[in-house]
Amino acid sequence: MTSSPLEMVVIGGGLVGSTLAWGLARAGLQTTVLDGADLDPRASRANFALVWVQGKGVGKPAYALWSKASAERWPQLAAALLEDTGIDVSLNQNGGFSFALDPLELETWQAEMQDIVRETNGRAAPFEVLSGAETRDRLPFVGPDVVGSIYSPLDGHVNALRLFRALHMGMKKRNVDYRAGYPIERIEPVRDGFRLTGPKGTLVAQRIVLAAGLDNNRLAEMVGLHAPMKRSKGQILVTEKCAPFFDYTSATMRQTDEGGVMIGDSEETHTAAHATNQDISAVLANRAVRTFPVLGDLNIVRSWTGQRVKPLDGLPIYEQSAAHPGAFIAVCHSGVTLAANHALVVAPQIAAGALSHGLAAFGSQRFHASQTA
Amino acid sequence: MRKITEAAQFADTYDIAIIGAGPAGMSAAIEAAQAGASVLLVDENTSPGGQIYRAVTRHSPDDDDFLGADYWKGRTIAEPFLAAPIDYACSTTVWSLDPAAEPSAKATLGLTLAGAARRVEARIVIIATGAMERPMPVPGWTLPGVMTAGAAQIALKSISAVPDGPTVLAGCGPLLYLLASQLLKAGTEIVAVLDTSDAGQRLKALPHLPAFLGSPYLAKGLRLLVDVRRQTRVVSGIAELTINGDTRAQSVTIRTGQGSETLAVQTVLLHQGVIPSINLASSAGCTIRWNEDQRAFEPETDPLGRLSVPGLFAAGDGAGIGGADHAAIEGRIAAVGALLDLGLVEQPEAETRLTPLKQQRRRYRRGRAFLDILYRPAKQFLSPPDDATIICRCEEVKAGQLRQVIDLGVPGPNQLKTFIRCGMGPCQGRLCASTVTEIMAERRGVSPAEIGTYRLRAPIKPVRLSELAALPQTEDAVFAVTGRRPEPVSNPKGPNQ
Amino acid sequence: MLRRLREVTDPVTFSFDGCPVTAERGDTLAAALLAGGIDTIRHSVVGDQPRAPYCLMGVCFECLVTVDGVQNRQSCLMEVRDGMVVASQRGGRQVLQGNR
Repeated sequence: MTSSPLEMVVIGGGLVGSTLAWGLARAGLQTTVLDGADLDPRASRANFALVWVQGKGVGKPAYALWSKASAERWPQLAAALLEDTGIDVSLNQNGGFSFALDPLELETWQAEMQDIVRETNGRAAPFEVLSGAETRDRLPFVGPDVVGSIYSPLDGHVNALRLFRALHMGMKKRNVDYRAGYPIERIEPVRDGFRLTGPKGTLVAQRIVLAAGLDNNRLAEMVGLHAPMKRSKGQILVTEKCAPFFDYTSATMRQTDEGGVMIGDSEETHTAAHATNQDISAVLANRAVRTFPVLGDLNIVRSWTGQRVKPLDGLPIYEQSAAHPGAFIAVCHSGVTLAANHALVVAPQIAAGALSHGLAAFGSQRFHASQTA
Repeated sequence: MRKITEAAQFADTYDIAIIGAGPAGMSAAIEAAQAGASVLLVDENTSPGGQIYRAVTRHSPDDDDFLGADYWKGRTIAEPFLAAPIDYACSTTVWSLDPAAEPSAKATLGLTLAGAARRVEARIVIIATGAMERPMPVPGWTLPGVMTAGAAQIALKSISAVPDGPTVLAGCGPLLYLLASQLLKAGTEIVAVLDTSDAGQRLKALPHLPAFLGSPYLAKGLRLLVDVRRQTRVVSGIAELTINGDTRAQSVTIRTGQGSETLAVQTVLLHQGVIPSINLASSAGCTIRWNEDQRAFEPETDPLGRLSVPGLFAAGDGAGIGGADHAAIEGRIAAVGALLDLGLVEQPEAETRLTPLKQQRRRYRRGRAFLDILYRPAKQFLSPPDDATIICRCEEVKAGQLRQVIDLGVPGPNQLKTFIRCGMGPCQGRLCASTVTEIMAERRGVSPAEIGTYRLRAPIKPVRLSELAALPQTEDAVFAVTGRRPEPVSNPKGPNQ
Repeated sequence: MLRRLREVTDPVTFSFDGCPVTAERGDTLAAALLAGGIDTIRHSVVGDQPRAPYCLMGVCFECLVTVDGVQNRQSCLMEVRDGMVVASQRGGRQVLQGNR
């Protein structure tokens, strides 16, 4: 390679990678994105599209507050994307419900919410616990099997697929050099940065951001970082389009702005299969019609699965390599919820060369600490 | 034959489950039942025959002379099929096919019949889902008054009806001329046959002509061409075709080397060949390959029809286009293959049966390449140049929007689908998948094989939420959704039942 | 838009948007509608454009109609029945009115 090193290379063009790349380009960096193939595992195409705070960060107050901050920042991100690309990502933050189908579920969630409030010294997102009757007062079409719900006014959702396209359009608009089908096999720290090698050739980058989802597990070790991941397959059902009827969101059911109802979700920890599991579809469908009986006659037109990008303890990992400064990692499960933080906080910090102390709780050193404990 | 009319009547498990009651599926069922296998055949239509022999058992040849002997031949398969000792479920939708989790296990079908879903196991599944017409996206193709040529033929076969008023047929391929001939015989006012085939293909097909000269289709094909040309106007060399109208098709504008012309019409019938229906095989994880001669994706099969996933077979046009006679032979070959894998026939016996079948199959394949290459649709009808042409009829995504997203550098059709919703509607990409691949390949200057196509997942046909909700619930699935094991006292069929 | 070549011999009668339509027993609903002179059977969900049955073989999902109160039925895959109440559709499915 005789050409001069690239200023900034983001490895991964999913939601996390494209959000950061767009943010880095907005911060003025000449940014290149190296993305994988069409059928690589892509949580960005399989998520539930929630901007969700409720219940996140039990025992991890930093994560609860980080999620809350991103939800609060989301209108700013939506406005910036609209301005940059003309795309409205349909952010709806009217609040979100978690519908309980038995008392134990409701008690468990309520206790978790109270723990989060206590652990954050009351700074967590507000919430209400509603009885079955109170839930039906607000949403008359909720079924009699729903014994109660948790409602939080901060929760919401977006059109996550349109968000994904908007980010890619935003990247193009800001001259990000996006290259699909560009897998990276090897990263080697060199004198003027990092040498990235793959089947398409070799590039040298002054600085890099690892945003390759599950593949971060492999890539992180090459630059002195650590990203242990958990296997977690989720599955979602989608109905045909309906006239609008549910202007909130919930943890397991939401109506998209296009009309379809998304029904989630599940977690399988022992399979790498991409096929849907019909046994799980049956349980998802059963809970859905008990929650909203009016949906019984709707047709499911699609179903999909995805492997979550889930660090072992569920928290995001943000870190600059101490051994190889200039190499950053960003990996998290909530690429939609945290997109506002990634674009508006993390990307400017990476551009400036250092992550703030506020992000210290998300460093990968925590995995070493827990291993020795 | 035991006719199954309710979901509860299915057995829990079969030796062989066959999907589709066309020539391949019916022939496979007859062959398999003869050897004593327990056989289930499920089909979406209300009577056996598939599309080619649609409704063939509902009328008799004396009624009718529009359809010809090739159609009525279907009775020689349908009648023994209806007499065979099998379970047959018509009006049944297959929405999932899960291959066996391990070699000793069985595949599972998700079925819907008469408003109830059911899951049924089979040691072997033969996919005989046939073909669909290759989408032909032209401006105005979504207007009422426009149908596929295949749809018109289905109307002729099933309810003895023909398009009313001035009609044009547009497109290419043998079926277009067959239908034109049948409709002319039935008294349809055919204004013109607009042949959109690419004249340049004639030269490319030439090397395959000698093989075609020995094909059983040669004489028939020539007779049809002459027959149609004698009775109506045939326009070739069509560079552009637009269907005009606000609320329904009123006219068709064509541009040829000779200039433009507008024809007043009531019905437009579009057709540019057929392509395999790959949704079920794709959703089951089978390898899908590109067939350049046929310009289509097809599931990868071995000579007996085995798919890349153990326990699954494909036969007939769904495994690669070969026509009805070829499909019937393939169905029998797949059935012998299935019986062999099940240990219901021994290898030498299987070879004895397979030898003549393979010979017949070779005969029907002879000359196929000539037809495939000669009738390859012209580029402008595979990848419509007009940006305003709707490509995805369900989500109403236009060619220009697709090109804009392709130019973002998307890695492939699956990312494109999520970006622009193309292929996300109820037809699940059936009416746009081939065009999306063609547009992307053209835009990038690469082969469709490099672009690939949508990866599909069950349900491959819409299924009602309440039907899914009423299916039995496994402990593992409940745990995966709720994080808790169901209580031991609870009804394993779920709280609703 | 379709013309029957034979007289109906075993008639069934159903209604489409309140008007009676006669068909032959065993016909598919989509074919019966076309033979009854009806082509526009719905307006599309996304663009509110007129649509008609297109493939008649269960592939295209253009022939969706409301049958006996149940929305989005594929009319090319079901047989007509006497007294069937069929209605055209406009826009997305209604969830809260009629609950079907």
